[in-house]
Amino acid sequence: MAETTTHVAEPTRRDFLYIATGAAAAVGGATLVWPFIQSLAPDAATVAAGAPVEVDLTPIAQGQIVKVFWRGKLIFIRHRTAEEIKAAEDVNMASLRDPQPDSARVKEGHAQWLVVYGNCTHLGCVPLGQQGEYHGWFCPCHGSVFDTSGRVRGGPAPINLPIPPYSFASDTKIIIGQEATA
Amino acid sequence: MSEHPTTYVPKSAFGKWFESRLPIAGLIHSSFIAFPVPRNLTYFWTFGAILVFMLVSQIVTGVFLAMYYTPNAALAFQSVEHIMRDVNYGWLIRYLHANGASMFFVAVYIHIFRNFYYGSYKAPREVLYILGVIIFLLMMATAFMGYVLPWGQMSFWGATVITNLFSAIPVVGDTIVSYLWGGYSVGNPTLNRFFSLHYLLPFMIAGVVILHIWALHVPGQNNPTGIPIKSGKDAVPFTPYATIKDIFAVVVFMLFFAYWVFYLPNYLGHADNYIPANPAVTPAHIVPEWYFLPFYAILRAIPDKLGGVIAMISAILIWCFMPWLDTSKVRSTAYRPLYKQFFWLFVAVCILLGWLGSRPAEGWYVIASQICTVYYFAHFLIVLPVLGFVERPLPLPNSILESVMGVQKGGAGMPAGANAEPHSKG
Repeated sequence: MAETTTHVAEPTRRDFLYIATGAAAAVGGATLVWPFIQSLAPDAATVAAGAPVEVDLTPIAQGQIVKVFWRGKLIFIRHRTAEEIKAAEDVNMASLRDPQPDSARVKEGHAQWLVVYGNCTHLGCVPLGQQGEYHGWFCPCHGSVFDTSGRVRGGPAPINLPIPPYSFASDTKIIIGQEATA
Repeated sequence: MSEHPTTYVPKSAFGKWFESRLPIAGLIHSSFIAFPVPRNLTYFWTFGAILVFMLVSQIVTGVFLAMYYTPNAALAFQSVEHIMRDVNYGWLIRYLHANGASMFFVAVYIHIFRNFYYGSYKAPREVLYILGVIIFLLMMATAFMGYVLPWGQMSFWGATVITNLFSAIPVVGDTIVSYLWGGYSVGNPTLNRFFSLHYLLPFMIAGVVILHIWALHVPGQNNPTGIPIKSGKDAVPFTPYATIKDIFAVVVFMLFFAYWVFYLPNYLGHADNYIPANPAVTPAHIVPEWYFLPFYAILRAIPDKLGGVIAMISAILIWCFMPWLDTSKVRSTAYRPLYKQFFWLFVAVCILLGWLGSRPAEGWYVIASQICTVYYFAHFLIVLPVLGFVERPLPLPNSILESVMGVQKGGAGMPAGANAEPHSKG
């Protein structure tokens, strides 16, 4: 003859209502917060303005670094000299913080053209060209050093200058923002 | 505001009618008129009032500047020059606001180091103290976003460097940064939202200041001896004693403030910020405002991006743990001969870090920054816990009154009524 004590441990209809109300409020609150957070993200106009851009390489002389903008971000286009290419290729991979061969940082058959983002990977300053120990770039803000392949060789920057998506439309024209499809 | 019973009785019939509906006069009376204040407070205890004055000053000058300023990347720089050249007394309002930020930090650093010296952060004032750290963090965020608004070179590159700190967060860092920017780089959406937040945050500071003062009025103020008020003889009523002293200190501080505004209005700024923002050129030497320099030096001391960011944030957050890291039972450093030396060493290290933060990140400056950073953290993690066990503090006075008047022997040689209980007057 077991006695049941129904009102002690048994969840009541009221407990269910509390939990259901709380859950509805939490989901509703999160749903309401969502559009406010999303409004902070880049808007449609900004995204549309980030379409690929064409750059004509003909006026860029050997040894010259040209600055262009894509999506508000600075991009360096460097027409490298033979010595600069050689310096970039003759590097002991083991000595690099972010090991990457020079061949992986240029397009095949276009080793004279280096296209990298122009903001230091530390905190976003603009490094100065042809300066620093490796004559690649030197960041005046916190002392990061990059070589002629845009790879980090010293200072606080954690990774190499990244390569933006781009492709060669012809030998003298690149499209930044669009990788070759073939 | 606290459990201190108010003796306030409204005199007029309207006063009685109003007080029974909203007892605000009684609240003001118990908090700022009858409130017992230790009789031995020095001028270091006037910086709370000075800070309230600076907050009000910044809000008033800021509201007026917002009437003439345009938060748009194409127009912001011109609108600031318009304020300087065309708006009647615009130069004065802007210089008051720009230098006011520096004065705010001068006062807050004195306030913080007074708290460190006299152990004000210890029980029972931990919550009061942590609210203060929160105010300081809000001040830093507000000051940073304010500096971005003129959209000069330092504004732009300061914004770039500081928002990029968030990209150090693993996995989600880049997404967070693009949400901060509202684009793919610092640009017009960034400027717009910074303006909005720069206007909002001071009112959040004001809210936390109210909590800070509320939390202060529960245990009452600390004092140079660090021992609590034991009897009415240890205290004087807030009005007139503290009121007059605070007003005098605020006036003296206003003179100091005015000197900067009228004689050196651009000394604390950076000349590069009078060059319009240019995303293609970084200034040769990016330096934050002077009040961020020690933390900037800590950021640069760590040769690792994420590590540097963590060290910089920890340098402030570690303050929150001071009440528990400091194992000494004695509050005031005046009675801690050993800690006194470490305290001044810590002050020297902070100043040195500030100077190193203004130097380029190269050569021995980096090594010195690293040594100072290690010592900065050692102060909290080693010196504070260990000294409480090994140090022999000096004997504490029996009461605040005794520390001021000497040991009581029938009051001989003391002006009549000097040790009377001021509370009982009237």
